[in-house]
Formats: sequence, structure tokens, C-alpha cells
Amino acid sequence: MTKALSWLLAGRREAATHLLLAPAALWLLFMLVIPALGMVALSFATNGPYGVIQWTFTLENYQRAFHPKYLPVLLRTLGFAGSATAICLLLGYPLAYYLSFRAGKWRNALLVGLMIPFWSSCLVAFYSWMIVLGKEGMLNNVLIHFGFLSQPIGFLYSPFAILLGLVYFYLPFTVLPLYASLEKVPRSYIEAAYDLGASRWTAFFKVTLPLSMPGVIAGCLLTFIPCLGDFLTAEILGGPRYYLLGNLISNQFLMAQDWPFGAALTSLLLVGLVAGLWTYQRWEESL
Amino acid sequence: MADDAPLLELGPLQKSFGTSPVLRGVSLTVKKGEFMTLLGPSGCGKTTTLRIIAGFESPDSGRVKLNGEDVTDQAPYERDVHTVFQHYALFPHLDVANNIAFGMRMDKVPEDEIKKRIPEALSMVKLAGFETRRVSSLSGGQMQRVALARAIAGRPSVLLLDEPLGALDLKLRKEMQLELKNLQKKLGMAFVYVTHDQEEAMTMSDRIAVFNQGRIEQIGTPGEIYEMPKTSFVADFIGGANIFSARVLPGDPGRAHLLIEDEHEVDVPLDPGEVLPKPGKSVKVGIRPERVKVYYKDELPFGLLRFDATLKDSVFLGDACQIYLQMFKKAPDHRTIAWAGGDRYAVHDDLDVPVFAAVQPDDVYILEAEE
Repeated sequence: MTKALSWLLAGRREAATHLLLAPAALWLLFMLVIPALGMVALSFATNGPYGVIQWTFTLENYQRAFHPKYLPVLLRTLGFAGSATAICLLLGYPLAYYLSFRAGKWRNALLVGLMIPFWSSCLVAFYSWMIVLGKEGMLNNVLIHFGFLSQPIGFLYSPFAILLGLVYFYLPFTVLPLYASLEKVPRSYIEAAYDLGASRWTAFFKVTLPLSMPGVIAGCLLTFIPCLGDFLTAEILGGPRYYLLGNLISNQFLMAQDWPFGAALTSLLLVGLVAGLWTYQRWEESL
Repeated sequence: MADDAPLLELGPLQKSFGTSPVLRGVSLTVKKGEFMTLLGPSGCGKTTTLRIIAGFESPDSGRVKLNGEDVTDQAPYERDVHTVFQHYALFPHLDVANNIAFGMRMDKVPEDEIKKRIPEALSMVKLAGFETRRVSSLSGGQMQRVALARAIAGRPSVLLLDEPLGALDLKLRKEMQLELKNLQKKLGMAFVYVTHDQEEAMTMSDRIAVFNQGRIEQIGTPGEIYEMPKTSFVADFIGGANIFSARVLPGDPGRAHLLIEDEHEVDVPLDPGEVLPKPGKSVKVGIRPERVKVYYKDELPFGLLRFDATLKDSVFLGDACQIYLQMFKKAPDHRTIAWAGGDRYAVHDDLDVPVFAAVQPDDVYILEAEE
């Protein structure tokens, strides 16, 4: 009797689990898996005249993608994404540390403040930055007013502007995982380090930092990956000279009307990212 | 420094968190090689005192002196004390050997000396050969031992232990109590040990400081605390006690003539140096349950204090039998507890029968004066 009952309950529990997971699973299926498969299929299709897709199998899109003329775009993209991630980490770690260890009653207010960039569309935010950074913009005016500059400088359409935009927008992606992992470091471990004679700096480098490494890695990945695919920042703040992978891809769809080539580039980016993540995970498991 | 000079001197410590006072004048000295236990219920201030010694908290007033040097304003890492934390606080990213080496590396002990001391410390806590084990692969008891090894490897003047056995099961705890005591003797290191378990305190300590509400109620050897409790809190917390009110009556010097609960007149000897309030004042008196003998017939040995009582309840507990007595007609709800040996026959089925409760005069402890 009780056996049957527990079996029934277990069965119901399993059914409930499936039911609860269903919306998310369906969402992922229709919004991610099927479109991604469609895109991979598209990448093997032929681009006809006037951008009409012809479903004849070809590897030409991939051959074109490996053309050396795209190498500088790839390297530039890796360079910007890598530098933006590094800057985000350097700015974000102290910020996350402060939030977790020192902020006290201000913590929640500061966490909300950190989210402010997300309250407006990034398009709006980047146009605001254009206003700040332009030749007639606030930054130039202030610097000239206080005598740091005699002539306005073109802050806009420079690597500086792109990095600023990327860091501005992706910093919360770095800080939040860092904050979460620092929150999980038991304070008694740090006390134990002090107790055993470690100064504040030593305790930080020997205990807090190693224990927050999962957050460092998660934060870097969450910043680096979207930076790789970002095209709005370069489009609006960088101008045509600093053409990134994201711009190359978006142009295939929006301007060149070469969807199969765009799909091939996207598939390659996706494969590269998955391979990178997989390698990282294998490495982490081997520790 | 002379051998009996205090190694650690505290006091009088005051500490509040917000508006609630946690310590209200705690003073304490610990001698070289002494096992001192801070005992008390949760919230009594014992852990705060330990954290002040370690340097994790600073007192609002009062000083901490270690080896004659005032260390009150020193950071934890400047003090020659190490702590064994309640939940071990072993570094999960380091293996056992590196956990133990951590403190020694901070103290700049040469690496070849560290290499010698790690197996030494491990064998002291009976974990020889565990050097390369990961912390996450250890059981609770093993983690406890590694935490201990890590703390003693740096050879601090004083080892602080914050309820280190609290997370272990009863059997393991009993084993570890004796082991800790032996280890402490072998090392000759002063231990300051925080616990709420009176049995643990009795088993291991050279001296016990009984804490209550931010004050030390009594400091003494386990024997003194048990045999001569000074307050009703101590009497009740250590071993349990029947506490009564008594009025002081005029009597002979060196003896106390008391009227217990306005009913029973007794005459008991005072401990040497014990001072009794003036006649007419009230005091609390305590009697240990195991010192109360119950007689069903009027055949009491000579010299015992005798109380007429009524048997109200009795409970057989295996190794003992707990008997509830009504001893006072004017306070009929007051229950006096007596322990009898684990004799099934001691369990009386007839309740509400008249019996005789008897105690040795010197088993009546005079506790604090009543306001």
C-alpha cells in the first residue's frame, strides 16, 4: 500500500518536473535550437542574384570565410573583445569586492545602480555617448574650459570610443558573477588566513582571489562572448574604420544581401565559442 | 617570565553590538600550559571573548595582554595566537599539507623546517600520511584534526578553540575530548576552549570560567565549580541543582543557620572564607539532585538533614532514577528532584506517599544573596 503510494507520488513528482520544465524547453527549442539549425542549413545554401537563396549545397561560403582578407577583422575583434574584458575585470573586481565586503546597507542600492545601463536601450545609450564624445560634445567642452585642451579632439570614431562603449555596456556582466562568487567565500576562511598570520593583501591573494576564480572566469566569459559578436558599438561609436566581426556579419544580412555567407560566418563564430567553452570545461574538470 | 606569571590577561572587557551589551566586564587570566574553558549558554559572551583574544573584534574598553605585552590594538595576524574554528575553515583550494603549511609560510619558517613539521603535526592528530589529500575528501572528524594540526603547527603561545567538536557526533566527540586533552598536555600549550557543553568542560579543563549574560559568574577548577558553585546559575548550569530561597537566622560563626522556603530550619557548615549575609537577609541555596537521598521509612543515618516530603513522581532512566518530591507545604508546586541509582525498585508506583528526603549538611551550597 505505502509502496504503491510512494511509487505514485514519485511518478507524479517526475511528471510535475517535466511539466515545469516544458515551457523553458519549448522556448529553447523554438527560439534557439531550430533557428540555429536553420542558420547552419542556410550556410550551405547558394546565394542567387539579388539575394535570392537557392537551396543548392555548396561549401563556397566557408571557403570565402577563410579568405585572408578577413583575418584582420578577426584579430581586431579578438583584440577589442579581449581588451574590453580585461578592462571590465580590472574595474569590476574592486567594484564587486566593495559590494560584497564593504558596501553594507548600501549594497542593494548599488546593485540596482549597476543595472542602470540596462534601463535604456543600448542604442539610446550609445547615441548619448556620441553626444558626450563628439567634437562639440561635453567632454571636449569641459577639457577646453579647464584648459587641458586648446583644440577639440575626435574622441568619437576611435578605438577609445569602442572600448568605452563595450566596457560601459558589459561591465555589469563581469561584476555580477564576480559579486556572486565573492559572496560565496565564507568569511571564516579569510579570518582563518588572518589568524594564521596573513596580512590583508596576503589573505586576499592566497585565499579570497583563488576562491573567487570561478566568478572571474564566468565574468570574463560573459563579457568576452557578447563582445565578440557586438556590432552596434563599433557601428555607432567606432565608425567604418573599425569594422568588427559583428559588423561583417550584420552587413551580410542587412546590406550585402548575402545571407548564406552571413550564416556561414555566424556558424563559424558559434563553433569557435562552443569549442572554446568545451575546452575550458574539460580543463576545469581536470583540476 | 616566571612560570606562574599569566600568559594571557584580559580585562575588564566591555563590548556592545549596537545597543545590546555583550560583555560587561570580563576579566580572565590564563597561565602557561593551562587548559581554560569558557563555558556558558549561547549568547553569554564566550565566543565574543574568544574573538577579542584572536583580534577579530576589538573591545569597547578593557585590554588584552599576551606574554606581558598589550596586544589590544594589534591585528589578528600580528598576534601569537591561532584559532581552531567551529566549522574548521580549512582552505578548500589547498591540500592538507598546504593548509598546515599556510601559517608557517606566513611566519617565514624555512621550507625544510616546514617539511619536517607537517608530518609531525599530522601524526599528532593521528592523520599521518594525509599530506596530499584534498580537503573536500575528508570526513568531518578528519577536517577537525587537520584544522587542529594547522593551528598547532605554527606553535602559538595560546591556542583558541571555538566549539571545535560541536559538529561531530557524540561518540567521536567523546574520543576527541580525551585526545585534545592529551595533546594539550603533550604540547604544554595554553588552550582557551569555548563550549556550551558542561560535560565537555568538566572532562578537559584545568579551569573553567562560567559565563552568563556577558559576565563571568565563577572561575575555578572543575571540582571547585561543581562542589562549590557560587551562584544559582553556576549550580544549575553545571550538573543541575535544586535551588531554594532561604532566610539567614542568627547562628554560630563558621556555620549557617538557615530557614529554607520558610519551612525547614537547617544548620550547615560554611566553606573556608565564605561570608554569609547578615541575619534576616535572604540567600539562594542549592542542593544537587544526586545528593538528595530518599528514604521510604524513618531509618535515616545519623547526621543527615532531614526533610518531610511527599513522593510526586518517579522516572526510570536506565542508569538512574529521577524522583520528584514535594518538600514544602507552603510552596506545594515546588518540585525537588532527587537522583537515585539505576535500581528498578527505586521506582515507586505509589505516588503521594510520605517519604523522607535527606542530605549531608555540607551538600547544601549557599549561593548568591537575594535582593
